[in-house]
Amino acid sequence: MSEDVAPHTHFQYADARHQADSAIAGMWLFLATEVLFFGGLILTWIFCRHWQPEGFTAGAHETVLWIGTTNLALLLTSSFVYALGQAAIEVGRVRMLVWCCALTAGIGVVFIGLKLLEWHIDLDEHLWPAAARFKLEGGEAAGGRLFWVFYFVATALHAVHMAIGIVAVAWIALRARRGDFGAHWHTPVTVVGLYWSFVDMVWVVLYPLIYVVGRLT
Amino acid sequence: MSQTVTATRALSYLEDGKTLRSWLLTTDHKRIAILYALSITVFFFIGGSAAALIRYNLITPEGALRSAETYNRLFTMHGVIMVWFFLVPAAPVTIGNFVIPLMIGARDLAFPKINLMSWYLFMAGGACALYALFAGGVDTGWTFYAPLSSNYAQGHVVAVVAGIFISGFSTIATGLNFVVTIHRLRAPGLTWYRLPVFIWSFYATSVIFLLATPVLAITLVLLSFERIFHVGVFDPRIGGDPLLFQHMFWFYSHPAVYIMVLPGMGIVSQIIPCFSRKELFGYKFVVWCSIAIAVIGFFVWGHHMFVSGQSPYASIVFSLLSYFVAVPSAIKVFNWLGTMHKGRIHFNAPMIYALGFVGLFTSGGLTGLFLAALAADVHLHDTYFVIAHFHFIMVGGMVSAYFAALHFWWPKITGRMYPETIARGAALLMFLGFNFTFLPQYILGYLGMPRRYHSYPPEFQVLNVLSSAGASILAAAYALPLFYLTWSLFRGERAPRNPWRATGLEWTTDSPPITKNFLVTPTVTSGPYDYNDPHTKLADV
Repeated sequence: MSEDVAPHTHFQYADARHQADSAIAGMWLFLATEVLFFGGLILTWIFCRHWQPEGFTAGAHETVLWIGTTNLALLLTSSFVYALGQAAIEVGRVRMLVWCCALTAGIGVVFIGLKLLEWHIDLDEHLWPAAARFKLEGGEAAGGRLFWVFYFVATALHAVHMAIGIVAVAWIALRARRGDFGAHWHTPVTVVGLYWSFVDMVWVVLYPLIYVVGRLT
Repeated sequence: MSQTVTATRALSYLEDGKTLRSWLLTTDHKRIAILYALSITVFFFIGGSAAALIRYNLITPEGALRSAETYNRLFTMHGVIMVWFFLVPAAPVTIGNFVIPLMIGARDLAFPKINLMSWYLFMAGGACALYALFAGGVDTGWTFYAPLSSNYAQGHVVAVVAGIFISGFSTIATGLNFVVTIHRLRAPGLTWYRLPVFIWSFYATSVIFLLATPVLAITLVLLSFERIFHVGVFDPRIGGDPLLFQHMFWFYSHPAVYIMVLPGMGIVSQIIPCFSRKELFGYKFVVWCSIAIAVIGFFVWGHHMFVSGQSPYASIVFSLLSYFVAVPSAIKVFNWLGTMHKGRIHFNAPMIYALGFVGLFTSGGLTGLFLAALAADVHLHDTYFVIAHFHFIMVGGMVSAYFAALHFWWPKITGRMYPETIARGAALLMFLGFNFTFLPQYILGYLGMPRRYHSYPPEFQVLNVLSSAGASILAAAYALPLFYLTWSLFRGERAPRNPWRATGLEWTTDSPPITKNFLVTPTVTSGPYDYNDPHTKLADV
């Protein structure tokens, strides 16, 4: 390994490329652990759905479809915008990257705002699963409550991931504005992009599970 | 062997910065290993004290502590601390952290800052757990079975669970770092089949960290949600399914058993060839057995649940797979024996510990087959037989291997030799004390003494007193290294680069290594166990 290398390279790497590839590999591995994290949740969700289908169907009918769908569209758009920024920095267009990051983070904030509104509506409708007075009654109550447990755990965990993503994207925007990135070095942009797309993908899986499957039955 | 690289004397990592700040903000994998080693030693002695109190209680049939409640909190504390804050992280974060980059000719791990962050996460998790355990404790056992843990247990369940959740992310960070490092930072010429088995074992361990720990994390999230809000996910009284918890818990916690023992297998695979002056027998078999254990280990978790009421067909499959996972473990044992066969064996302290590992691991592994048998498990489930079985693997096996590694790499880590004679004595004492403590527990369990009770019928007293007496010997044996290793830090003989004439890149650099490990990155041209010097006599150290 050579001793004189690009400024961002740690001493254990041969060159900037070696380091960049390792960082990207690290993010992929981290996402693998995230798949197992959400995967465990989704697996138990599907198991419980098979166990108590009526309750889960009834529970799913109470969800606010328009917010979920809007959020799905928002997130897909945000990943597209971020990808535009990434393509821009690969040819050295820093201002474009800054704008794309700002827009991505902005969409993320709108997502969380809508999510808060959705939770507010849910609570107003007595859908908090621990409440003494729960909206669903009779044979659907137990399964319905379980559905809403999963709903709140999953959406809360996803929102936490979103919040971390917004901070990361904003950080990329600030660094880009400071002139840290260029056509030949922009590893953090790629790494954060992987994370953001993953959080987006989680919603793509959660969306049918929450809003669609129950409505189709 | 690789070329020898350092020509000039540079500052060792220990001398490179003397302030507290230079330690607490270090990104040097060697210093982080030291930070971790100090922390887990504290946890080891806290967990050990709880064990001592457990053994004290069991001296008399009615329970010397008189209180079942206190006893429950003690064994929970012992289990939680020992499993999550000692055994799971111990070898990877200390020995692995220190040795892996040196062994593969790298100057640090791939992500040094994440390595430091993992130590802070570990300390934060540990602080959470310790707060809860000392502020009144938890009486659920280390397994946190629902609904006991979610709706019935008194105490700070959520705080302990939060501690485990946080420290889980610290091990994920370590595993991630190891996998990327082993893939990306190997020295030129260090192909996969030239890697020491140690690296393969820690690689397999890291993969389990990455794939199993997140499932535990989500399980603990659901458990905490149930406990805080009293909703039924696992509690059948309010609409949950308790078996769901057990499945998810063991999906992590069974592979976690291999997290705990695979590093030990890697360690003895380094030590036995060195002190037998012979190449490791059947290198590729040992390598692929590590991988096989990591893979099959993911599909045997149901053998913890044979008497839980799970489907008998599932039990049959889990039983069969549990037998399968014993095969690669057994192959390894034969490979270690094959390595020693016709070797020139030197009984230095690391070798005595490593031999202890092989013997005790074999005993623990074979009794595991009893427990994997569906019919036998009905009789043995939840008895002291199970306690003895996993302590043979975890304590007899893994803790021995940890001490083996500590002694083997002590000259490299500290630049000092430990006192050989007293170390040999401690190793033998540990083996003796261990068997004294846990052999009676096999018999107790077979005779039907259940685990987790603070009192027992009087006919079990003799065996229990034997076990407690053994525990006091074991405690002395664990305390000994604390003294003589500390002594050696100041008074020990200066260590040469390669006191054991061992193969491997870590022995080609200074003892203790310089901050950047190697001045010039070494190039590797041969296999990992090139001991073609059967008549070499090791320096009397």
